[in-house]
Amino acid sequence: MFSLSGYEYFLGFLIICSLVPVLALGGSRLVQSRGLGPERRTTYESGMEPIGGAWIQFNIRYYMFALVFVIFDVETVFLYPWAVAFNQLGLLAFIEALVFIAILVVGLVYAWRKGALEWS
Amino acid sequence: MTSGIDLQGSFIRALIDLGLSPGVAKAIWIPLPLLLMLIGATIGVLVVVWLERKISAAAQQRVGPEFAGPLGTLQPVADGVKLLFKEDIIPASTDPWLFTIGPALVVIPVFLSYLIVPFGQNLNITNLGLGIFLWIALSSIAPIGLLMSGYSSNNKYSLLGGLRAAAQSISYEIPLALAVLAVVMMSNSLSTVDIVNQQTGYGILGWNLWRQPLGFLIFWIAALAECERLPFDLPEAEEELVAGYQTEYAGMRFALFYLGSYVNLTLSALLVAVLYLGGWEFPISIDWLTGLAGLDPATPWLQIITAALGILTVLFKTYLLVFLAVLLRWTVPRVRIDQLLDLGWKFLLPVALANLLLTAGLKITFPAFFGG
Repeated sequence: MFSLSGYEYFLGFLIICSLVPVLALGGSRLVQSRGLGPERRTTYESGMEPIGGAWIQFNIRYYMFALVFVIFDVETVFLYPWAVAFNQLGLLAFIEALVFIAILVVGLVYAWRKGALEWS
Repeated sequence: MTSGIDLQGSFIRALIDLGLSPGVAKAIWIPLPLLLMLIGATIGVLVVVWLERKISAAAQQRVGPEFAGPLGTLQPVADGVKLLFKEDIIPASTDPWLFTIGPALVVIPVFLSYLIVPFGQNLNITNLGLGIFLWIALSSIAPIGLLMSGYSSNNKYSLLGGLRAAAQSISYEIPLALAVLAVVMMSNSLSTVDIVNQQTGYGILGWNLWRQPLGFLIFWIAALAECERLPFDLPEAEEELVAGYQTEYAGMRFALFYLGSYVNLTLSALLVAVLYLGGWEFPISIDWLTGLAGLDPATPWLQIITAALGILTVLFKTYLLVFLAVLLRWTVPRVRIDQLLDLGWKFLLPVALANLLLTAGLKITFPAFFGG
């Protein structure tokens, strides 16, 4: 049975940890020096006037990695209950997981051969 | 196996004896370990920052910080105060909301992960059944914050740094989770306390390090990559990207990133100690020693000594690993981004899968040695 005992600490810690950035930024706002001029509010581009912004259409090469990541992350989540209960499941569960992982390894090999894991 | 001291039970009982209802007593207790852990984590970070500067200096035959306090121990505090007083610049072309939420999203999950770090049988905030899985879930929130701050800065270096940080985190997340999975399989539990208990009883020989040597290496490499430590500090590689996603950050917002990265390093070292180096377990089994001396493990003063020794042991193992991380920083050259992704996907991922299956196979063949 899924029980929520112990999670009141999670809630409490979430609140306390969320206060860390709030207090840090708020405290800094009270004591910091201010001397804003238009020059210091430009973005840094090696000392030159920035040429154009960064919010442009841009080829994100990592999206293939992100897709493969989703597959393997879900796989890992599926394997967690299997690992926790492994001592009660025995040999059959081992063979089943072997088949499951083998299918995913085929997927990894496919992505590899297709060049999804190449940087260029 | 003794249960050790139970601060929570004693504290709540004392309050109930004073005439409070159990609910009120618990409500008074709850914030105490949380605040203590937060303060402890922050002090731990100050020590790590000082150690890093001193060890780096020694590695380069410099003296390092020496004027602020004895041996420069107050240098991290001075740095923090300086950052507190610095002007907080938000460039005109940024998205101010994302720019502020980004560092907060990086810092909050790493602090929150301290929820599951145990310093003794009952010396933890709470023994969650979800344990180590909660940490894996929380550690995948930080890349969103990095991506957010990289994108919102509206600066080309920041954008590239943020994208690199996200790619690096997701690439090493899977080997990390698979290495943890093998440990979980041996302890039949996700709870960090159970994972340590499974390693106790045989002193140094019972530690998971000997049964999971591959998993230990995978976890350590992946943890260094997740913390963006050299040799994997590509997102902020200063020769290429100025400071990566931190380029536009100044003052306290920058301090939050700085704090987050060091808290994360300490946390990773703590978890390596818990998962592979026996947590609070002393290299020589305490139970065996007390048995040899003919003492009853339930004696109060002995329990206090055992608990204190346990905390010191965890901290010693942690700082040993931090020392190793700092030395690695000055001895290993930085990898290229394609080498980094190749290492994650084409080496660590297959090896981690093989390690998992090997553990499962060994557990079936020798159940006595692999947690039954």
